[in-house]
Amino acid sequence: MASTEEIRAGLAEIVNEVAGIPADDVQLDKSFVDDLDVDSLSMVEVVVAAEEQFGVKIPDDEVKNLKTVGDAVAYIENAQS
Amino acid sequence: MTSQRVVVTGLGTTSPVGGDVPTTWAALLAGTSGAKALTQDWAEDLPARIAAPVAVEPSEVLERVKARRLDRSGQFGLIAALEAWKDSGLAEAAEAGDVDSERLGVAMASGIGGVTTLLNNYDALRDKGPRRVSPLAIPMLMPNSPAANIGLAIGAKAGVHTPVSACASGNEAIAHGIDMIRLGRADVVVVGGTEAAIHPLPMAAFANMMALSKRNDDPEKASRPWDIDRDGFLLGEGCAALVIESAEYAERRGARVYAEVSGAGVTADSHDIAQPDPAGLGATRAMALAMEASQLSPRDIVHINAHATSTPQGDVAECQAITNALGGEIDHVVVTSTKSMTGHLLGAAGALESLATVLALHHRVVPPTINVDNLDPAVKLDVATEQRTLPDGDIAALNNSFGFGGHNVAIAFRSA
Repeated sequence: MASTEEIRAGLAEIVNEVAGIPADDVQLDKSFVDDLDVDSLSMVEVVVAAEEQFGVKIPDDEVKNLKTVGDAVAYIENAQS
Repeated sequence: MTSQRVVVTGLGTTSPVGGDVPTTWAALLAGTSGAKALTQDWAEDLPARIAAPVAVEPSEVLERVKARRLDRSGQFGLIAALEAWKDSGLAEAAEAGDVDSERLGVAMASGIGGVTTLLNNYDALRDKGPRRVSPLAIPMLMPNSPAANIGLAIGAKAGVHTPVSACASGNEAIAHGIDMIRLGRADVVVVGGTEAAIHPLPMAAFANMMALSKRNDDPEKASRPWDIDRDGFLLGEGCAALVIESAEYAERRGARVYAEVSGAGVTADSHDIAQPDPAGLGATRAMALAMEASQLSPRDIVHINAHATSTPQGDVAECQAITNALGGEIDHVVVTSTKSMTGHLLGAAGALESLATVLALHHRVVPPTINVDNLDPAVKLDVATEQRTLPDGDIAALNNSFGFGGHNVAIAFRSA
């Protein structure tokens, strides 16, 4: 079980690796597409890396609902509990 | 089809002997080998454990996020094409809005395409399951990926192409670019070839074909075209790109011209899938057609950058083809094989060697063929075992590339 902040920080590292966005910019209120320049293919990479790092499954149907970093963190927290 | 003149105005490369054109050209003139022993674990069991990797890793040049979305061949392609683009002066012109995208094309060849991306993703599939296959795998591994990414980077909209003809691919891309300009489809085309196949699978496959040198204890001596002790080619990697354009367009914008790319000869052997026609008839016709398309006669040719990969049969067959194509007019022809230094870049070979041919005409100096300790007596040509100068006045040269499948492409260049 990871805390909200741990999940956010982990996601930030992944987004930095995949899309080159500075990790500090990856905050809960940021939109992956509009604010962080993560396109649909990169989003798949982010999701797969997050699944591995946090030991969860994020089905393809769910990915479209994960608009912000906060959405993703909440989904992962929920899936871990 | 008009017979308008086409000229070379920009050059770029990342090669086994240098990360750009100036360092590559200096290394070629100095007779520097790019060969290395492969010390990675995966190379341990290979029969041939030597290769000529690029001198400068693309990760040192490209932005990290850009690089991770490209196959290694695409990384080389972008680096070389952008150097050529800048060198031609068109990068600056494009920024000022002076380049018509719809008259700008790309023809960037590859022999094998994104083979390392394909195989790395297969490893991920096998070891970790389908979820772990990258969503970028297809756009990275498709053979047209380097061409498409170059087209995106420079805004080319006249057509973006990837000729594939094994080790003749690079020259075929140049032939394609000339055609695009002469057919009126484009004013400017970025042409070339890229290859990144230093991976255990292609290396095992080439070795099992008995194509690779197994001189594992002395890598720098492995590529030795025309030497009596040659035992196969040394696998190289990298990319070379040339900006070619109609002479009229180049003149209008006041471009610096390295040389004229005056014509191409493209033939097929229809003999065997892997072995060249032993009489070299297809190669002879390719050279003859390149001269004919250029309105050149054998008397005009002073230099040939040969395909000469350092294989026992191929090197000699090409010599016979050269003698036949030039009708015996070979006394005034200095022949070299820059593969002695760079190894064989497969689908990029024709492009890198065309770049060397252009610079040889431009600077009037021919890079040496290294490692010719004992010239094979069957070779009756004037091989440049040291740096050689070319005569003043109007001169012309040929670059040969031949590929598995029986593809033969010769490109003719004239001094500017």
